[in-house]
Amino acid sequence: MYAFNYHRAKTVADALKLYKKADDPKFLAGGHTLIPTLKQRLARPSDLIDISGIATLKGVKVSKTAVTIGALTPHVEVATSSAVKKAIPALAGLAEEIGDPQVRHRGTMGGSVANSDPAADYPAAVLGLGATIETNARKIEADKFFKGVFETALKDGEILTKISFPVPEKAGYMRFDQPASRFALVGVFVAKFKGGVRVAVTGAGPCAFRVPAMEKALSAKFAPEALEGITVPADDLNSDIHGSAEYRAHLITVMAKRAVAAAK
Amino acid sequence: MSATGIGAPVRRIEDYRFLTGRGTYTDDLNQPNQAHAYILRSPHPHARIKGIKTAKAAKAKGVIAVLTGADVVKDDLGGLPCGWQVTDRHGKPMVEPPHPILVSDIARHVGDQVAVVIAETHQQARDAAELIEVDYQVLPSATSTAAAAKKGAALVWDQAPNNLCYDWILGDEQAANAAFAKAKHVAKVDIVNNRLIPNAMEPRAAVGVYDAAKDHYTLHTTSQNPHVIRLLMAAYVLKLPEHKVRVNAPDVGGAFGSKIFHYAEEAIVTWAAKKVRRPVRWTAERSESFMSDAHGRDHVTHAELAIDANGKFLAMKVYTIANMGAYLSTFAPCVPTYLYALLLAGTYTTPTIFCEVKAVFTNTVPVDAYRGAGRPEATYVVERIVDEAAKVTGIDAAEIRRRNFIPRDAFPYQTPVVVQYDSGDYQSTLDMALKQSDYAGFEKRRAESAKKGKLRGIGLSTYIEACGIAPSAVVGSVGARAGLYESALIRVHPTGSVTVLTGSHSHGQGHETTFAQLVSERMGVELKNIEVVHGDTDKIPFGMGTYGSRSLAVGGSAMVKAMDKIIAKGKKIAAHLLEAAEADIEFKDGTFSVAGTDKKKALAEIAGAAYVPHNYPINELEPGLEEQAFYDPSNFTFPGGCHVAEIEIDRDTGVVQLVNFVAVDDVGRVINPMIVEGQVHGGVAQGLGQALLEGCVYDADGQLITGSYMDYTMPRADHLPTLKVSTHNTLCTHNPLGVKGVGEVGAIGSPAAIMNAVHNALAPLGVREIQMPATPERVWRAIHGARRAAE
Ligand SMILES: Cc1cc2nc3c(=O)[nH]c(=O)nc-3n(C[C@H](O)[C@H](O)[C@H](O)COP(=O)(O)OP(=O)(O)OC[C@H]3O[C@@H](n4cnc5c(N)ncnc54)[C@H](O)[C@@H]3O)c2cc1C
Repeated sequence: MYAFNYHRAKTVADALKLYKKADDPKFLAGGHTLIPTLKQRLARPSDLIDISGIATLKGVKVSKTAVTIGALTPHVEVATSSAVKKAIPALAGLAEEIGDPQVRHRGTMGGSVANSDPAADYPAAVLGLGATIETNARKIEADKFFKGVFETALKDGEILTKISFPVPEKAGYMRFDQPASRFALVGVFVAKFKGGVRVAVTGAGPCAFRVPAMEKALSAKFAPEALEGITVPADDLNSDIHGSAEYRAHLITVMAKRAVAAAK
Repeated sequence: MSATGIGAPVRRIEDYRFLTGRGTYTDDLNQPNQAHAYILRSPHPHARIKGIKTAKAAKAKGVIAVLTGADVVKDDLGGLPCGWQVTDRHGKPMVEPPHPILVSDIARHVGDQVAVVIAETHQQARDAAELIEVDYQVLPSATSTAAAAKKGAALVWDQAPNNLCYDWILGDEQAANAAFAKAKHVAKVDIVNNRLIPNAMEPRAAVGVYDAAKDHYTLHTTSQNPHVIRLLMAAYVLKLPEHKVRVNAPDVGGAFGSKIFHYAEEAIVTWAAKKVRRPVRWTAERSESFMSDAHGRDHVTHAELAIDANGKFLAMKVYTIANMGAYLSTFAPCVPTYLYALLLAGTYTTPTIFCEVKAVFTNTVPVDAYRGAGRPEATYVVERIVDEAAKVTGIDAAEIRRRNFIPRDAFPYQTPVVVQYDSGDYQSTLDMALKQSDYAGFEKRRAESAKKGKLRGIGLSTYIEACGIAPSAVVGSVGARAGLYESALIRVHPTGSVTVLTGSHSHGQGHETTFAQLVSERMGVELKNIEVVHGDTDKIPFGMGTYGSRSLAVGGSAMVKAMDKIIAKGKKIAAHLLEAAEADIEFKDGTFSVAGTDKKKALAEIAGAAYVPHNYPINELEPGLEEQAFYDPSNFTFPGGCHVAEIEIDRDTGVVQLVNFVAVDDVGRVINPMIVEGQVHGGVAQGLGQALLEGCVYDADGQLITGSYMDYTMPRADHLPTLKVSTHNTLCTHNPLGVKGVGEVGAIGSPAAIMNAVHNALAPLGVREIQMPATPERVWRAIHGARRAAE
């Protein structure tokens, strides 16, 4: 790790001010992506602005139509919230599968979504449920948020404050583990709303993406067999020692079917 | 059996300190005024160092010294020596290139040591290392085992044409060919024994201390064999007399073979400690472990088995290419030869065996012994080809094994591959394992799995292995540059408590418990009055250390010898005190008594008399009660047994799940059944790792792709079902305890059982050979390819 200046922000305004003053700053939330990166000397920020103490960015609120989660809410809280389990069990289930207990107690939803790791789980839920991402400055639709590998619509110095997930009729998430890291090699989130079905994939591409052909088929009939023969072309998918693009393409269909079968 | 003696499942004495975080590991040994070393490693698989500028680094904050290969040359240090010289098929010694502790001309693998920075803190050392400017000229590299000896492959060493270290054979190829000419069936396999990265929980570490007042060096290190390290480092690298060097291996957090070898960092910190007149410490970061701990396995093999009309094996031919990596690690050359080809008879009566091993250099981390060392590779060849033989003959996999087993009344059994097995009962371990795994009911379970859309398979491995490599004279005649005895010193204190000093280091095996049980049983001393000491060359007699499952068979036998001496001396003292003839003295349960009388003396009283020799046969006997013994075994021991694995495959994803595993092992006399079971559990977990998960990958450019846990798949608890482990033991006939060894059997027998199960599940789809690790994509491709071919 290289040396850096450390600041602890008490409010969002405080954090923004500290950010503006620093040379090459980074926000620090749960630190479970950022700290390993620093330890390996893959990043060299001048300043870390620790936002983990900002109380207003924590907590879960559930209404009839939406589940709203503060950016600094750790995964464990989403996983164990009885209200989330009732409203969107697939979301609680997804959180339950992230990493290990230590990761789930430290890592935050905001950190995961802001980071847009191609293999992270939450982006599939954000996109699959058509969530709205709120920042200190604006609201961003999920469809306009994920831009590429570790790339989002967030501007430099913009703080993700909360995410609002519409409550679907049914939703399911299925992840196929990358065997070594146990991040998603392929994860598929399906959500059935009155107006239609959304299908979002993580792990397989540069960032989370939707599969319109599957959405169309499932909107017509929400059943695994509706996906028979529908595949995502392998051309633009990730390929590594754990899964070729072709294998990932195959897994998308398998996991999508299983997500539909498991949807609650 | 007493509650703590031989055969009792005593809880491990050492676990209290391990589980409560009170172990003392090398990295815990902070020294006053210590400095920190950081090793700059080559980012290239093969590169000429055209220049190296260290001035900026030397001036950086906190830096005490920067040392490079030039300093190594200037100080006339030797290279890391190789402990075994293999002679090739033409009688020529292997190619043995130099192995400098810091390279000065050419770096030969990613992770090769290029320079060391010593600074006040680890961070400062690391920061300064980034300021070292190395002018690398990148050279073409060779990393593939199969391709290294082929035309056009880049050369790792000029002195090794075709990258050949040696081309070694065992047996008579003509005789084997003649037997093949008479065969009714021939089974063939082409297999890869995947390269593994050891991953001990504790990374390697070393602390060098130099005492100028005494001109004396201490090296604290993560080692399985401190005396071997002292010998190699002092005599060959630093060129110091051994009495000036102490090597201490304190608690060691797992090793699996990877901490047998003498590594550059050990010599670097010891050398540097004198240069900077400060203690120098180094602890590997996890990513350094991946690129600098010796790797294991890495064979490519073609094998053929000739079979007659009755399913009897006539002859076997095995052709193996074994990867040595860029340098010869301490015991590397013997692993694919004497620890491999000598095991190719397996548990069978195959009369003729020929084996050829081509060892190749590549631009990869050196490869050396890893849990099983050679025997897992041999077992995999034999047990895979026997399953293939079952397939080509149409004989059931269990039945064809039965037909070819060495019968239980044929021991001692001379194999065609040098070794003579002393005891075994393969028929019984097979029958027991078949029963416990409900082999007969498998087809029903297969049908049930099929209903759920899953493929199911069952696989056997009726393996053999060899522990306690020996005897010294024989291994010496085939190239070992070391003896393979073990030492023990038993010290009975004046009030009767006992200290056992052993050369067998413990790093997870539970020696402090097992050895104490052994001594408790023989000497009649309570466990709480026995202490087992190992690891410090200043305390223990010269010992060879722990590897090859030798600790009990060799180290334990040395203890028995030393205890016999204690008891013999005690009898003399007792005869004097009890005014009886020495021949009438009996020793049992800690008491010396005159046969047929109630006259007796406790061991403590005898010890008291020995240390306070007021009433003592001082003219015939020295005072004191302490005896040392060195034990050189007359043969290997041969544990064996049967592993049965049952797996299910998810057709859609290719995921293989181990659903049932039975091990019935013959490990000789059991001292502590709980420790035996634990050793098998750990070994099977590693075997499953090799079969399904682990595989070191270098890309075409020579970069290590599996350089962290993000990409190197380790076995985890949820990969394993509840293992059914039991033993059926025949005693070793040539050591005093009848023990064989259990440290490696799990890792040796299980990969073949698991892979035979995978093949069994996939065979109905027409899949012939699938290599380890049977990862989801590999299995999916096998299914998919087979399905496509069928369409
Ligand atoms: C061992 C391990 C296993 C893991 N397994 C999984 C897994 O299975 N699935 C999975 O999805 N993830 C996994 N993770 C990642 C984990 O979920 C991370 O904690 C999470 O992705 C990042 O959240 P964080 O709070 O730790 O963010 P940090 O590490 O603190 O920050 C990450 C990045 O996001 C930025 N950031 C953080 N919060 C905000 C915000 N509110 N506004 C703007 N920018 C912000 C930071 O500046 C930084 O660039 C794993 C991590 C570890 C260490």
